[in-house]
Amino acid sequence: MDVTFRIRRYNPEIPGKDKPFWQEFSLTGVDETDRVLELLHRIKWEQDGTLSLRRSCAHGVCGSDAMRINGANKLACKILVKDVGDRIQVEPILGLPVLKDLIVDMEPFFAHYRSVMPYFVNDSPVPADGRERLQSAADRAIFDDSTKCILCAACTTSCPSFWANGDYVGPAAIVQAHRFIFDSRDQAQQERMEVLAEPDGVWRCRTIYNCTPACPRDIQVTRAIGEVKLAIRKGSTSGIIDPADIKIATSNS
Amino acid sequence: MQVHQFEAIIVGAGGAGLMAALYASKGGAKVAVVSKLYPTRSHTGAAQGGIGAALGNLEEDKPLWHAFDTVKGGDYLVDQHAAMVLATEAIDSVIELEHMGLPFDRTEDGRISQRRFGGHTSNFGEKAVRRACHAADRTGHMILQTLYQQCIKENVNFFDEFHVVDMVMNNGKVCGVVAIQLGTGEFHIFHGKAVLFATGGWGRVWQVTSNAHSLTGDGSVVTLRRGVPLQDMEFYQFHPTGIYRMGILITEGVRGEGGVLTNRHGARFMENYAPNLKDLASRDVVSRAIYLEIRDGNGIQGKDYVHLDLRPQTVNHYLAEAGETRRLDREIIESKLPDILDFCRTYLGIDPVDAPMPVQPTAHYAMGGIPTNVNGEVVTDANWTVLPGLYAAGECACVSVHGANRLGTNSLVDLVVFGRRGGKSIAEYVKQADYVPLPSNPTGEIEAEMQRIRKTNGKTRPHELRSTMQKVMMDNVGVFREAPLIQEALDCVRELRERYMTDIHIDDQGMRFNTDVLEAWELGSMLDLAEMTAISALARTESRGGHYREDFNQRDDENWLVHSLIAPTAETVGVGAKNPEYALTHDKKVDMSLYEAGDDRFKPKPRKY
Repeated sequence: MDVTFRIRRYNPEIPGKDKPFWQEFSLTGVDETDRVLELLHRIKWEQDGTLSLRRSCAHGVCGSDAMRINGANKLACKILVKDVGDRIQVEPILGLPVLKDLIVDMEPFFAHYRSVMPYFVNDSPVPADGRERLQSAADRAIFDDSTKCILCAACTTSCPSFWANGDYVGPAAIVQAHRFIFDSRDQAQQERMEVLAEPDGVWRCRTIYNCTPACPRDIQVTRAIGEVKLAIRKGSTSGIIDPADIKIATSNS
Repeated sequence: MQVHQFEAIIVGAGGAGLMAALYASKGGAKVAVVSKLYPTRSHTGAAQGGIGAALGNLEEDKPLWHAFDTVKGGDYLVDQHAAMVLATEAIDSVIELEHMGLPFDRTEDGRISQRRFGGHTSNFGEKAVRRACHAADRTGHMILQTLYQQCIKENVNFFDEFHVVDMVMNNGKVCGVVAIQLGTGEFHIFHGKAVLFATGGWGRVWQVTSNAHSLTGDGSVVTLRRGVPLQDMEFYQFHPTGIYRMGILITEGVRGEGGVLTNRHGARFMENYAPNLKDLASRDVVSRAIYLEIRDGNGIQGKDYVHLDLRPQTVNHYLAEAGETRRLDREIIESKLPDILDFCRTYLGIDPVDAPMPVQPTAHYAMGGIPTNVNGEVVTDANWTVLPGLYAAGECACVSVHGANRLGTNSLVDLVVFGRRGGKSIAEYVKQADYVPLPSNPTGEIEAEMQRIRKTNGKTRPHELRSTMQKVMMDNVGVFREAPLIQEALDCVRELRERYMTDIHIDDQGMRFNTDVLEAWELGSMLDLAEMTAISALARTESRGGHYREDFNQRDDENWLVHSLIAPTAETVGVGAKNPEYALTHDKKVDMSLYEAGDDRFKPKPRKY
């Protein structure tokens, strides 16, 4: 089949291209199971080598190629032609400064990520037998969903609250905090909750719900944010997530 | 030109690089991590099934058994002392990852959960053992995230999106690297006392691969061009189960949970090739079996793929037949292999609970690489001579713990065990070493080479050369090889290289994020690696592990229990050499220390699974 691309271009180095503009490309011989990323590569490799984008794994696990495709945030490698049709519009994700074509400045995004103490804290002595800390399968399951985050920024850059105010930490950073706040082994829950109770923390979330459908990993982002809000209000994580709601697998068979 | 000075320069921010950075930092060194990607984009994050360690959480296990499986899996080309280090320190490394917060799946008593994986057995091959510690089917993702998180906690310095394109040496001593900052196109010099390469593999040399687009073997080529040899380049692993045509990895954990490979007749063919371990035989054995089935016309619809069947009715039938009590159902599959289900639904439009997955072998892992000892120090010859200040770890290195064929899960073990050892060695080294002064004009050669790529202004787009290379390597230097085909590939790659040097065309003449030029430079790396692979494969006139020669289809321990080393001749060392010549040697003997210490179980013998 034939496909027409409409791509948002921008290159501040080149006079005439230093303001964002749309450019069309046509491709023939496209298969409906081709990934949008493959087609962007075909454009770059066969037609216009200046087209610039980030990508790496090409199967939805590295988080490099979040873009706005036909108006919705997607990973270009995880969306197929049959999902979007033969007219495909591609532009950079919104709310972060565009540097060139589909490449945005990720630094503000990672700064928010770093602000929520996105690392495990437990200063108590490790078990005397030198082995792992114990954790029940149910306690592990409680934060399973938020461990899937690949920091692609699709959620944060789909959030109108973030568009309106770039100081808001954004959904991705809250998901990362959730992963530790609800980990029974972690000891910095209170400090993280204090960070997120600040004016640019969770309360900037207006439950608009854009983030959840934007997540290429199917994380229930809005739900995770809601759980963090509840934990902050209660001052504790206990009883907020019911393990019975979560599927648990153990391998003792 | 900016010059940055750090005691330790880590190139690459996957598992090995981050582990080395953590340990070098904790050891007091001033560290910079330089990576062409944001660290969390590294391909460690794509590893799925598990990390092997003889924790014995679900059944008895011992490091010695793990070492044995590693040596046997590697078809006895593994250096045995290194395998013992790997298996012993795997336990401590996995526990350490848990202490860093890694969310492993748990057993009913709250310990790290483990599952079966290909080639991992108890009691020296007796039966499959649960050794792979897992976090769903995104174990690598969890390792990468956890290590990056810890690096943030330790305030490690990151230079993200800085593409290292050359190593700087002065009078035979390493003193740093040259990187291009992607965002500006500017050259930066990282001046260090020690440099550790952890740049991963080069699956993109082949047409069908599980590897990321960024896996172009940069580090291994940067060091090669400066005269450091590459070891065992003929050994490249094809993982048996990549999604048909796309190459996307379907973890061996699918078979660990009970999935089976079937042909067009619905027959479980691995019973004929590996009567004991069947679908959990080592990867080289399974990949060859798939090709043989296809060659015999048993591919699905007569085509070049087979089925990987995880449907509960199929799996439970074989579990019952094997006398096992456990059973699979949709819920267990969804919680243990969620990403696999997601890949199949997204890319194939099928649900593996209801339909079998179409799979074919996919280029997956480089057993060979930059030769190192067990402390991560790069060694340059058969006498294990250390090149002071240069280190390597992870897939780009060759310790050698994988020999002729890596076992599943051992890549993750490799990068945590030897990343850690490399980091510790560096911390000690920089305490007593001085900075070697930079030579005059340290970026001269690489700047000229990048300028040549940019300005050649020929007729050939780089992707034409790349696809031709990928196809010829897939067809001729893949799972099955023979002299005329390898020679044909070698001739082809050399011709492509000629065109690469004289006739390429680059559209993008700008500075900012010029991925047009950098992809072309990466193609140059891959052409070199393809050539090293073909030269090494042509010379090894035997079949061992992942290197199978139809014209020499037996293993030949009398002549070939040796590692191969290939390096440019002294006259052609350098960047942008027009006609580099390479010297290939076979005088580095495989370390057989466990066998030589009197343990006959480590004596090379025919492999049976």
